Amino acid sequence: MAQETKVVNPDRQIDCTGLFCPMPIVKTREAMTRMAVGQVLVMLSDDPASDPDMRSWARTTGHDLLEVGRNGAVYRFVIRKTG
Amino acid sequence: MELAGVQPGRVYLDYAGFAPVDPRVLAVTRPFLEAGIGNPSARHSLGAEARESLDAARVKVARLCGGASGGIIFTSGATEANNLAVKGVIARARSAGPVRILLSAIEHISVINACRDLEKAGATVGYLPVDGDGRVDPDTLRAALTADTALVSIAAANPEIGTVQPLKEIGRITRAAGVPLHVDGVGALGRIPLNVEAMSIDLLTVSGNDLYAPPGSGALWVRPGVRIHPQMLGGGQEGGYRSGTENLPGAVGLGVAAELMRVEGLHQEAERLAVLRDRLMKGLLERIPDCRVTGPPRARLPHHVSLVLRGVKGDGVLLDLDLAGVAASSGSACASLTQTTSHVLRAIGCTPEEAEGSLCFTLGRWSTAVDVDAVLDRLPAIVARLRALAAPLPT
Repeated sequence: MAQETKVVNPDRQIDCTGLFCPMPIVKTREAMTRMAVGQVLVMLSDDPASDPDMRSWARTTGHDLLEVGRNGAVYRFVIRKTG
Repeated sequence: MELAGVQPGRVYLDYAGFAPVDPRVLAVTRPFLEAGIGNPSARHSLGAEARESLDAARVKVARLCGGASGGIIFTSGATEANNLAVKGVIARARSAGPVRILLSAIEHISVINACRDLEKAGATVGYLPVDGDGRVDPDTLRAALTADTALVSIAAANPEIGTVQPLKEIGRITRAAGVPLHVDGVGALGRIPLNVEAMSIDLLTVSGNDLYAPPGSGALWVRPGVRIHPQMLGGGQEGGYRSGTENLPGAVGLGVAAELMRVEGLHQEAERLAVLRDRLMKGLLERIPDCRVTGPPRARLPHHVSLVLRGVKGDGVLLDLDLAGVAASSGSACASLTQTTSHVLRAIGCTPEEAEGSLCFTLGRWSTAVDVDAVLDRLPAIVARLRALAAPLPT
């Protein structure tokens, strides 16, 4: 059975590598305020705390965390703005 | 003691966030900001006077810590001191092989982020769990120590929930294992018994503003013989461990503030504040239904009250309190910035909903029973109103 793959084209990407909590989330929030509902943001971070922080932030704010990927030390978060 | 700049009717209970500079500290500091003083490294006589003042300040800060004055390195505050301690010790240890750092799960973000940075560079970081009151179990620490553990970092007290750690036992364990112990002393130094010799502490972080000294001043006490690698490179000031022209007014202010805290802190101020703390804590629990204290009721900082209120958001309460003339905090600047649950409240088992309703009151040198009673008078009505607004409409 063919595996369904969703290709999401991001509308914006921000690079937060080298930064630590709270900055990746602060910068994500700033970027989101300048985006329209439904648009997709990719955020890159190498802070080990970003994974739990982003999941918790998405739960609190209601934005869709579509994907969490990892390439070596760098996490890639794909988030869709919901409101 | 009069304090300039206090607005009548305003109640300030966020001393952990910012403390006004003690007027006695200000009086001594002022000439060091004005003409007639030199750079401590200068060869002229004004430089020599500056150097003497700096060394006198060093002696006073070391006396408050209970250790040798040669161990004081002046910094720009506690964050820098925490970074210097953690990164400085690990940078030295790493040349000898793989290293592990142990810290409690509720350390200040400056310690946690310094460790995460080292983690990226290959160090291993172990987080010691805490119990429901935020206390580190010494037996857990003992079991977690490994041959490659190069540093243990545990704050004397937690700024968010006020928990005081069993440092004497912790120090005994780290000393027996031959592992350096770093203690962040913010909130605790001068308010609870804290002494580098009695508690076998190897590195102690001091915040100036926490002691009513000017913000931007601080220090790290390092036990003679414990080697650290400098993090700020330049002209070799502070024994080469923290380069950059010394903040002389800040250091002198910190010296006076440390001396005042040593003489007045533990026996006069802490006792007076503990009475006010208990009055506030008891009064809030009696007047507000569905709220509980975070951290232990007794073994906590004498100036610290923290609680979680069910069914309201802490930010909303703080806003209304501010309108009612009371300045308080939610306890965690980081969590309010990111809209996430505070790592401290998470570690003591608070649910995300509970953590949203967190409040923190920190008393200080100019707090009075009038301030406490103002909170007891105003907060219950604010909470009742916000809860009524949040309640679902009848169908």
